[in-house]
Amino acid sequence: MFTKKNLISALLAISALNLSLASNAAFALSAEEQKGLDISMEAKKRDLGWQDSTADMVMLLRNQQGQESIREIKMKSLEVLDDGDKSLTIFNKPRDVKGTAFLSFSHPVDADEQWLFLPALKRVKRISSRNKSGPFMGSEFAFEDLSSFEVEKYSYKYLGVEELNGLTNFKVEQYPVDENSGYTRRIVWLDTLEYRIHKIDFYDRKDSLLKTLTFSGYKQYLAKHWRADIQEMINHQNGKSTELKWSNYNFKTGLNDSDFNRNSLKRAR
Amino acid sequence: MSLSFKKSLNKSSSKKLTGSLIGMAVGASLLLSNPLFASEGASDVEFEASSNLAIEQRYFFKEALYPEQLSHSQTSLSIETELYWQWNGGNDSIIFTPFYRVDSQDSQRTHGDIRELAYVHASDDWELRVGFRKEFWGVTEFQHLVDVINQTDGVEDFDGEDKLGQQMVNLSVVNDWGIVDVFLLPGFRERTYAGAEGRLRGPLVVDEENVSYESSAGQQHLDVALRWAHSVGDFDLGAYWFHGTNREAYLTPATQNTLQQYYAQMDQLGVDVQATLGDWLWKFEGIHRSTSLEDFWATQAGFEYSFIGVFESNIDLGLLMEHSWDSRGEVALGAQGSLMQNDLFLGARLAFNDMQSSELLMGIGSDLDHNAFSFLIEANRRFGDNVIVSVDVRLLQSNDENDLLYTLSNDDHAQLSLALYF
Repeated sequence: MFTKKNLISALLAISALNLSLASNAAFALSAEEQKGLDISMEAKKRDLGWQDSTADMVMLLRNQQGQESIREIKMKSLEVLDDGDKSLTIFNKPRDVKGTAFLSFSHPVDADEQWLFLPALKRVKRISSRNKSGPFMGSEFAFEDLSSFEVEKYSYKYLGVEELNGLTNFKVEQYPVDENSGYTRRIVWLDTLEYRIHKIDFYDRKDSLLKTLTFSGYKQYLAKHWRADIQEMINHQNGKSTELKWSNYNFKTGLNDSDFNRNSLKRAR
Repeated sequence: MSLSFKKSLNKSSSKKLTGSLIGMAVGASLLLSNPLFASEGASDVEFEASSNLAIEQRYFFKEALYPEQLSHSQTSLSIETELYWQWNGGNDSIIFTPFYRVDSQDSQRTHGDIRELAYVHASDDWELRVGFRKEFWGVTEFQHLVDVINQTDGVEDFDGEDKLGQQMVNLSVVNDWGIVDVFLLPGFRERTYAGAEGRLRGPLVVDEENVSYESSAGQQHLDVALRWAHSVGDFDLGAYWFHGTNREAYLTPATQNTLQQYYAQMDQLGVDVQATLGDWLWKFEGIHRSTSLEDFWATQAGFEYSFIGVFESNIDLGLLMEHSWDSRGEVALGAQGSLMQNDLFLGARLAFNDMQSSELLMGIGSDLDHNAFSFLIEANRRFGDNVIVSVDVRLLQSNDENDLLYTLSNDDHAQLSLALYF
């Protein structure tokens, strides 16, 4: 076993490593890179000011044999303007995980802070946020597919325009900055009218097409914020799919910081 | 996951208290279901009920070591229901969680408890919680050293993770510099121990009737606790002071076959720290306990490291290592002291991340001062939407007659359980 002194020096070494990784050098961008960045910044900007939101989500997991399994989840989110957003995820189904809740403080560059509440033991456990590429609740969504979009998480390249769902779409390639991402790149289709995402192609670490996510049933809330009712993720490599249905979207419900701490995590419903 | 292998070797139960608790809880639930009561602000009262019914089959590989013990097979059935009401947009709530187990062999294991019967009021920066509740403290996996509020429901399982509901008034205040919790704990719960027929106990049976207390107030002593907890960047920190009845009884022989329980008063200081650094979780728990009989320090420290997506699959592998230390050192069997004075624990956890949430845990515990090992495998998987099937195998080995594990050396067993959630 280690002694306390060893532990401390190990901790110092690891935090020094984190610091060196965090310092980014600035590069001159090509025209395509600049346009890709501009489109992504515009998409983020158009959705600013939602303050907080609550919504219910049902996930329908399907395997190749057509077997289905359901996940029922409630989400509360808080917009944080000078940092990443905060969110509280509450699990209702499967019934064996009912009452489990997940608190996340996301950060654009630094590691996210995440806590899990385990109802059987009434235990709050701080967990590692390194797991970006792993499946969320056995679904075809990875943790990183569900985390809030922050401009700093990718570098960009504009690929042109393309017709999709009867709308003209920008096609932008995104390269994850985080080395723990499960993807080499994503190709995102956003309509030129409202900057809503209609489709994302995900390429795995070997750069072959892994998954396609499509968005449908867009609704506008508070005359500003567009949200899709349905997201369908298809995994091309294993033939499985996950359909994600959103309902009961509410914005500006009055949530604040005190709804996103250890105490609120423990009594989340 | 807990592999607290050598805890709660001698078990009994306090049925009288449990009986009166159930009476209270049934009364309260009748009151709550009364339409007159519910009509006050009924418009926004939300109600939820959920239950878990489990059947468990244990098989002990060897014949019993002590005459009265069950021979090989032990079957049991348990049910836990959670009833939950909230109003005021969730700022006020009542929770009621009764639990009952019926055991085919061990009459002490047939028992019930009010896991929770509590009212919680939440304001922006404070919460008041009143009633029977569970409160968990700590960061480590193989031993829960700093976790002190709730009494262990020792007959439930080998790992000591099951707890009895504790009556409390708890004020929790959120500050920029951390969360402060004040606990007033009126009333003490005696630990539950295996009866004469039960396995996983030492040669002497703990007598549930032969209980004495250092405090003249006995079970009515008002215990108090004060805790601070905070997250600073990668560090999660906690510290507390507890003053009241020691949850661990001093067990001494009363007759040739039985042990008596003596609950002393204690003051305990505790610290828990977790550093979450990338794939590493570094964990430390430490306590200093002072009773009229002894003063000692104990620590539990170690790490957990995660490999995400091993073998180019969706499987995550977690590796754990923890060490237990206790200033009282090695003690003779029957003397007071720690069972984990210099023990090393290794664990591995495989999470398959599939639709069925399949998981496999393995753990080895070893006493470094003498030749004693314990080994554990747990596997579980969901079948359909509502059934979890678990298989556990626990092997205990010691060549040293002085070791507590030696008294359990015939208690290697496998356990199959089916839990239905509805």
